[in-house]
Amino acid sequence: MIIKYFSWVKDIVGKSEEKILISPDIDTPEKLIDFLITKNEQYKKAFSKRATIKVAQNKIYISKTTKIKNDDEIAFFPPVTGG
Amino acid sequence: MNFLGTVRAKNKNNKNILSMTIEHYPVMTENEILKIAEKALKKWDINYISIIHRIGKLFPKDKIVYVGVSSKHRQNAFNACNFIMDYLKSNATFWKLEEFENKNKWVIQDKKEIEALEKWS
Repeated sequence: MIIKYFSWVKDIVGKSEEKILISPDIDTPEKLIDFLITKNEQYKKAFSKRATIKVAQNKIYISKTTKIKNDDEIAFFPPVTGG
Repeated sequence: MNFLGTVRAKNKNNKNILSMTIEHYPVMTENEILKIAEKALKKWDINYISIIHRIGKLFPKDKIVYVGVSSKHRQNAFNACNFIMDYLKSNATFWKLEEFENKNKWVIQDKKEIEALEKWS
């Protein structure tokens, strides 16, 4: 799985992208976040306001309960501020 | 109907901005902009839509976004242009980083941007 981070989520996590292998039981963004925050303090801090963080699966907005799988590209980012 | 948005010299807290960097999510951004245009075309009888949004480092007075809409009846173009801007601000995957003298700060989405969408439903 490729995970991409943007904006202040990227700054706190400390990287814009990573590639990881997830176990089959991590099958939603919610569970993926639960897994990531066990890795280190940066992830914990980045996702401390997880309710505000948006998710995309293969470049399409999804909810945190949508099914995801290992060959997806998942992105985490704050609400957008374009225009 | 044309709208051209530029970088303001002061931010919402009236602080002077030296520059602004706009980050985006390649491909998802273009897809979201296309979806917005398609929605507008369905919603109003309009002929053409043109949307340009810049990325990277910009400075006060630089142009950020352009929305152009043509239609037989002007009200359709006004409405569609307004609709497109509202959706650009709330759905298109861009993030603004404001750069000051001694620090940078990511702009936080204003709740008003989401509330602005309600008038279109």
